[in-house]
Amino acid sequence: MEYLNAFLCGGIICALSQVLIDRTKLTPARILTSYVVLGVFLTAIGVYQPIVDWGGCGATTPLFGFGYAMAKGVETAVEQYGLLGAFTGGMTATAGGISAAVFFSLLGALFFHSHSRD
Amino acid sequence: MRMTNEEYKKLYEGLAPPSPSYKNIPFAFLIGGGICALAQWIKNLWLGGGFAESDAASLTSSTMVFIGVALTALGLFGKIARVAGAGTLVPITGFANSVAAPAMEFKTEGVIMGTCVKMFSIAGPVLVFGISASVVYGLFLYFVG
Repeated sequence: MEYLNAFLCGGIICALSQVLIDRTKLTPARILTSYVVLGVFLTAIGVYQPIVDWGGCGATTPLFGFGYAMAKGVETAVEQYGLLGAFTGGMTATAGGISAAVFFSLLGALFFHSHSRD
Repeated sequence: MRMTNEEYKKLYEGLAPPSPSYKNIPFAFLIGGGICALAQWIKNLWLGGGFAESDAASLTSSTMVFIGVALTALGLFGKIARVAGAGTLVPITGFANSVAAPAMEFKTEGVIMGTCVKMFSIAGPVLVFGISASVVYGLFLYFVG
C-alpha cells in the first residue's frame, strides 16, 4: 500500500508537471525553482503535510519535497535556536541532497565524458 | 565563458523534448511514479538499517541524487528523460541531473570556470529561491508565529 501510494502520488505530480511543460513555455529551470518555493509555501500553510502523510516518498521525492524539507527544517530550527534557526534550518535539512549533488557531479565530471550530444 | 541563449537551450532541451502530450503524460506518470516507489523502497532500506525517520529521509535524497548523477555520467539519463519528460525532471533525480550534466559538459572549459561554475546554471536559481523562501518562512515563524 505504501509503495502504491508513493507510485500514485509521484506519478500524479509528474503527470501534472508534464501538462504544465507541454501547455506553457516554462523552462525546466523555472519549473524546478517554482516547485521548491511552492513546496516551502504549501508546507507553511499546512497543505503539504497531509500529502506527505498519504504519499510518502511520492510527495517528498518530487522537488516540492525539497521545499517541504526546507520548511520542516526551518520550523525545528527556529524552535531550537530562535532567530539563527531561520537562517540555518532550510540548508541543514537539505544539506545531504545538495552536498551529494555537488560532490558526485564533481567526481562525474572528473572521471566521465559528457553524453549530452549522443 | 559567458553562456549564450543557444547554449543554455542545449542544456535543457534534452530534458523536455517537444513531443505529443498523449504520449508524454502517461510516460511521465509511470516513470515519475516508478522513481518515487523506488525512493520509498530505498527509504525503507535505510529505516531497516536502524536510521531515524529524518535521517532516513535525508539519506534517501542523497541516494536518489547519487542514482541521478550516475545515470547522467553513464549517458542513460538523457535517454530516459527523452521518454519520461517531467517523470525524471521533477523528482530529485532531475535536480541531480541539472547539476551533473553541465558539470560534465563544460569540463572542456576547465574545472573552475567550466565544471564548478556551470554546475549551478540550473541548481543556482533553485537554491537561491529555495533558501530565500525558507529564510522568509523562518523569519515569519520567529517574529509572527
